Amino acid sequence: MKFPNPHDIKAKAIPGTEGWERMYPYQYQFVTDDPVRNQYEKDTFWFYDGLHYPEPLYPFDTIWDEAWYLALSQFNNRIFMVPPVRGVDHRIINGYVYISPVPVKDPEEIGRRVPNFMERAGFYYKNWDELEAKWKVKMEATIRELEAIKIPRLADMEDMSVVTDAIGESKGYHLLKNYDDLINLGIKCWQYHFEFLNLGYAAYVFFLDFVQKLFPSIPAQRVTQMISGIDVIMYQPDEELKKLARKALELGVDSVVTFSKDWTQVEAALKKLPKGVEWLTSLDLAREPWFNISTGTGWFHHDRSWNDQMNVPLSGIATYIGKIKQGASIDRPTAKVRAERDRITAEYRGLIEKEEDRKQFDELLGCAKTVFPYVENHLFYVEHWFHSVFWNKVREVGVIMKEHGVIEDVEDIWLLRRDEIKSALWDIVTAWATGVTPRGTKTWPKEIVWRKGVMQKFKEWNAPPAIGTAPEVIQEPFTIVLWGVTNKSLADWAAVQDVRDPANVKELKGFAGSPGIIEGKARVCKTVSEVGELLEGEILVAPTTSPSWAPAFAKIGACVTDVGGVMSHAAIVCREYGMPAVVGTGHATKIIRTGMMLRVDGSTGAVTIAR
Amino acid sequence: MAAAAAIIGNAPPAGESQMGPPVVCWLEECRKDSVPLVGGKCSSLGELIGAGVRVPPGFALTTEGYRRFLADAGGAAEIQSLLRGVDARDMGALETASASIRQAIEALPFSMELEDMIAECYRKLSVRCCMPAVPVAVRSSATAEDLPGASFAGQQDTFLWIRGVDDVLDRVRRCISSLFSARAIAYRANKGFDHDQVAICVGVQKMANSFTAGVMFTIHPANGDRSVIVIDSNFGFGESVVSGEVTPDHFVVNKITLDIIDRTISRKLVCYTVDPKTQKSQAVEVPFERQEVQSLIDDEITELAWLGKQIEKHYGCPMDIEWALDKDLPAGGNLFILQARPETVWSRKIQPGSAHAGGSAMDYILSSMLAGKKVG
Repeated sequence: MKFPNPHDIKAKAIPGTEGWERMYPYQYQFVTDDPVRNQYEKDTFWFYDGLHYPEPLYPFDTIWDEAWYLALSQFNNRIFMVPPVRGVDHRIINGYVYISPVPVKDPEEIGRRVPNFMERAGFYYKNWDELEAKWKVKMEATIRELEAIKIPRLADMEDMSVVTDAIGESKGYHLLKNYDDLINLGIKCWQYHFEFLNLGYAAYVFFLDFVQKLFPSIPAQRVTQMISGIDVIMYQPDEELKKLARKALELGVDSVVTFSKDWTQVEAALKKLPKGVEWLTSLDLAREPWFNISTGTGWFHHDRSWNDQMNVPLSGIATYIGKIKQGASIDRPTAKVRAERDRITAEYRGLIEKEEDRKQFDELLGCAKTVFPYVENHLFYVEHWFHSVFWNKVREVGVIMKEHGVIEDVEDIWLLRRDEIKSALWDIVTAWATGVTPRGTKTWPKEIVWRKGVMQKFKEWNAPPAIGTAPEVIQEPFTIVLWGVTNKSLADWAAVQDVRDPANVKELKGFAGSPGIIEGKARVCKTVSEVGELLEGEILVAPTTSPSWAPAFAKIGACVTDVGGVMSHAAIVCREYGMPAVVGTGHATKIIRTGMMLRVDGSTGAVTIAR
Repeated sequence: MAAAAAIIGNAPPAGESQMGPPVVCWLEECRKDSVPLVGGKCSSLGELIGAGVRVPPGFALTTEGYRRFLADAGGAAEIQSLLRGVDARDMGALETASASIRQAIEALPFSMELEDMIAECYRKLSVRCCMPAVPVAVRSSATAEDLPGASFAGQQDTFLWIRGVDDVLDRVRRCISSLFSARAIAYRANKGFDHDQVAICVGVQKMANSFTAGVMFTIHPANGDRSVIVIDSNFGFGESVVSGEVTPDHFVVNKITLDIIDRTISRKLVCYTVDPKTQKSQAVEVPFERQEVQSLIDDEITELAWLGKQIEKHYGCPMDIEWALDKDLPAGGNLFILQARPETVWSRKIQPGSAHAGGSAMDYILSSMLAGKKVG
């Protein structure tokens, strides 16, 4: 299968963005001046990672891409020695990330890697629970370290204690060092992120693969249902909202909690009441760590957490108070979910004819169930908790840069690469120490204005789903499970490029996320802050959802997302609520408008628009 | 399934013969082990009813009734004499003998007692269906038909849309005579079956006045997947689907969760309905506006699949089922199973498992990783 040549795509630069390459690390570029690399890039299959990056990357946000470029690849290729695959290579065109798994081509080398892999991966699989417990300790310590990082202001005169304690270091030095520490912690956190993830996904992918051999028509959602955790911490933030709703009713402050959608007003009113203060104490307990939940995927600086946007959890609490008052149950039907999971597993197992297949099913199911909680839980620790704290620490750096005139707005910091920030901080501290003006005050603001324009043009560009040359076989487990690279998806991607007439699209295809069919009115919510507008029974159409969207699911009749697979948040939650979901449609939020009548078929993955 | 009992009603035992096996009996009185008495088809329908499956009501003239018919009118001796000296390898002679036998049988009168019993069953059937002279299908149900390796399937006649006692009696005779088609005689001669030992039973069953009908497999006929139920359906009688005359609507239902995981709505040009004048099945064009309309609604698909699952559970193997949605009856009680037999293609094959199953999870992961996933 042939897709457009990456160098041809890159050659057609969007007018006005020429020179955009400097916004990203140089190794991310497709190049034409190096014949060997040029040939490799042409012969390789690159697909757009729309799963993680529905929009172009801001220069700073590239940090997580670099972090996983390193972490995923090293665990595959240097630590666990996955026999047929090395790492995943990365490129950027017009702000969009393209990735490609790198195979081991020499059969002899693959053979040599086998015993290493068996020994190393085998060790993790065998000692999974014990190692995972260690992981939690490491991860929590990393987050504590991050929280403790101070981004110092640069005073005109250093504090007296610098003298009396004979510290011998300045705040200027601390600023440079702590910025480095901040970045290093981020990279470290992503090292941990992948310690278990490849192996976890491998167990899932090959369980899925095995079950699909026995039952070629089994929807992936059913396989996921067999292994999904019921008590995963991803549900905890939502549970905290429910607890707070009950507590508000118990204390009789529910009317105060719901009197406004504006948190500052609600908080002020609650502070005046003794019972209100008691409720606020419960809230504070819930906020750490559970409100460090991102309102997006956590991958972008603009994904703010509940702690940053208290109106979001407030709206959730209000929804639950309303539900309780109507007499509806807000408890998760965990017993029912568990019973259904067990029934489905037992029925499929009962249809397996051969004894050795049943034995293999049990083995793989057991393995997948052991590893899968990690696959779900790591998201809270890394993408939500760590990232939410991290983005705000970087904002503190932005405050210093603004104070020294290098950027005009705190949020401008995201338009700089992290190494450019480091250079700018050197500029600032040396100028501060010396008592002169940083050179960057004249160079960065102009550059940032230009980069903002470039970003805007990037957003309007349609990234082709795949470029280069498709291979015959893909072995890298992530490529298969996360990005769903299959014959069918390649064909679908090729078709997506043709959607140039959104006003006439009548049907959208996605993944069957949660079964059932429903018809209803669409409500397009581009961000979680819009879920307050949802009416009972409407169909939520969103770019993607995350745990912070949970209260919305108590209201809606079905969910449609742009991005995500059968293991995405929207799919999992809809299955629990027993409502249809079609996920990963690619561009539902671009084509569907609020008020349109939709028919959502979560069993086949089709969304029909009545026009 | 409560509705099924209400429609079928609690019929009184039909065969009133004081001693020996009954000459007629209701389908619901038949069971798996009734083959010698009512033949394969009727015993299988009775078995379905016993399993709680809704089947169009009906009755059977048993093999005892068949024997009584031939004995009362002296038919047995006549047949023997007509068969004497016929060379089973001489198709011409066989055809001649067959024609004379069939003619003779079709001219034989029923005894008064037998005629009364059949007529009474037909009357009661009409009452149960709340229709005067209910249209029925009259078809033979051979005792040897379902014996392994001795397939007579399709060799006996089937008469559809028969109304009134006289016509029913006439078609019953013709079904009986079909036991003596040239091919059937030759087959028995080749296999060494004695013509005296072979008996036939005739089933008389309410015609399902299908709004929609078709077939259902409780296994994927294309890939042998046992976790799905596949339904093909078209408007009218199932003939259009069974014969392959139209591309039917196609549904794949998850057997475990009963949700529809794949659907193809085809353009259906032709369907079979009954001609109200001649009371015969006829091919008609599907009205243009209905050609691309889904021929079964989702709730019906789910109910049908659920039924398929129960039937499979009862028989313990994947099944091949014919069904119909009756337009004479209200929704919720109008889905009927016309026939169910074990699926034979995939059931004989080995489930498409994995070549390297049976080891540890780790072994499986490694070997699958090495094999990779084909694309392109």
